[in-house]
Amino acid sequence: MLIKCPHCGTRPVEEFTFNGDASIQRPTSNDPATMDQWFDYVYLRDNPKGRFDEYAHHSSGCRAWLVVTRDTQTHEIFNVVTARDYAKKRVAS
Amino acid sequence: MKYSVFSLLKNTLSGHKKWPAAWRDPQPKKDYEVVIIGGGGHGLATAYYLAKVHGISNVAVLEKSWLGSGNVGRNTTIIRSNYMLPGNNPFYEWSMKLWEGLEQDFNFNAMVSQRGVLNLCHTDPQRDAFARRGNAMRIDGVDAELLDAEGVREMYPFLDFNNARFPIKGGILQRRGGTVRHDAVAWGYARGADSRGVDIIQNCEVTGIKTVKGKVVGVGTNKGFIGCKKLGLAAAGNSSEVAAMAGLKLPIESHVLQAFVSEGLKPYIDGVVTFGAGHFYVSQSDKGGLVFGGDIDGYNSYARRGNLPMVEHVIEAGVAMIPGLARVRVLRSWGGIMDMSMDGSPIIDKTSIDGLYLNAGWCYGGFKATPASGWCFAHTIAHDELHKLNAAYRLDRFRRGYMIDEKGQGASPNLH
Ligand SMILES: Cc1cc2nc3c(=O)[nH]c(=O)nc-3n(C[C@H](O)[C@H](O)[C@H](O)COP(=O)(O)OP(=O)(O)OC[C@H]3O[C@@H](n4cnc5c(N)ncnc54)[C@H](O)[C@@H]3O)c2cc1C
Ligand SMILES: [Zn+2]
Repeated sequence: MLIKCPHCGTRPVEEFTFNGDASIQRPTSNDPATMDQWFDYVYLRDNPKGRFDEYAHHSSGCRAWLVVTRDTQTHEIFNVVTARDYAKKRVAS
Repeated sequence: MKYSVFSLLKNTLSGHKKWPAAWRDPQPKKDYEVVIIGGGGHGLATAYYLAKVHGISNVAVLEKSWLGSGNVGRNTTIIRSNYMLPGNNPFYEWSMKLWEGLEQDFNFNAMVSQRGVLNLCHTDPQRDAFARRGNAMRIDGVDAELLDAEGVREMYPFLDFNNARFPIKGGILQRRGGTVRHDAVAWGYARGADSRGVDIIQNCEVTGIKTVKGKVVGVGTNKGFIGCKKLGLAAAGNSSEVAAMAGLKLPIESHVLQAFVSEGLKPYIDGVVTFGAGHFYVSQSDKGGLVFGGDIDGYNSYARRGNLPMVEHVIEAGVAMIPGLARVRVLRSWGGIMDMSMDGSPIIDKTSIDGLYLNAGWCYGGFKATPASGWCFAHTIAHDELHKLNAAYRLDRFRRGYMIDEKGQGASPNLH
């Protein structure tokens, strides 16, 4: 796999560290009543076969956190954005 | 037909042209008492024990591809019961006991070989951790021996004992661990289940699960609707997808794990050896090839092939452990998709849906579990309650805070 980092250009997969599903959102409340949300966030995964947004850290490069959109069946990569832009877009939509 | 030396002689005389097929190739019936999704080791073992131990033979195993095309035929064949935690250890030891009698039990040569599994340690704290694990094993009646560097050297003199970064300080040895011919496990269970009336239906992909008022009534497949009273999911690697057909979301991610085999060599490594400073495990097949593997590639995947960086990484770890490996040529590599659960331990449980049972989350250690998993899952399905050996493998343990986390690392889908 080759990943096009917005800062560094096209780089090989071994420069990146993956950290799973980027679409899940951390609950904002500490209220015990929100335990179900926390349970979902910490443990449950959609685990899609196909298009998937995932966190990737460019750990051996610019060290930016990115979100890579990739097909989990073919490993084809559709899109790479910084995690910050991903989060901004999510807030906006 | 019972396989024996006499059946072998008889068929030798007829030039091995008259062996009957080991199992039938039936069309699905309209309905069954129990349907199992997944014709891997666990699904087939479940069907076998349902028929043999519980007398339930109106069973179908639905496999989307050919029998044994999944992880049961892709793993590195290692069996062991060297776990530490109470929820795990008695279960894996029961599996080891079943392995010990399996070939006589299902009348099939699975080449069960208790050649010993040795885990190397490279630091003092690691040796302490091994001593602790060995003691935990012995409390549960499992064999464990702590070896010092000399003890290891007697067994495997060609290891890199004085490696500058990872000197070998000793190891923990389970002599009863070893290897089993993986395909033969699938075939043996399939034949044993089939001869007791179980229908094994290949090329039959489940595409939907039908429930009525919270109760399972059957499955939609590419061969039409198949009704059932009880449905067991044993779709290793695809568990999330299959469970989602019934509206369940699991604490699981699917990841790819690669394995490798070298060209054939003369007898070299007569047991299983694992590196303690990286993830690498190796044994030698009866054909002479070194069979070895390492860690998952590290990203979610449903592609049964990995990437080259992990190939390089695994081989680096191997050469750090056995410098002589640098001169061995790799023949093949392949990948399999596994359910990585959030605590590295499996799930064998009932679900919130009546008649729906779940067997999932085996990470990359589920081959050794095949007999006990089938045994416990069959019990759970037949009695609608858990066996004491799988009592800790509940699906709701994550919510309740009762994870079985052998590594003590907390929730993450890269444990095993
Ligand atoms: C490279 C590698 C090395 C490994 N090494 C070891 C080892 O040394 N020791 C060890 O203990 N474990 C090992 N494992 C893990 C072990 O192989 C698995 O945990 C175990 O085989 C999983 O159970 P199974 O045999 O039932 O899975 P599988 O054989 O994968 O069976 C699941 C079946 O379900 C079928 N299926 C999926 N979806 C559907 C559907 N919708 N409809 C119908 N059928 C469906 C699949 O086609 C598949 O055949 C390894 C795994 C891999 C990939
Ligand atoms: Zn970068």
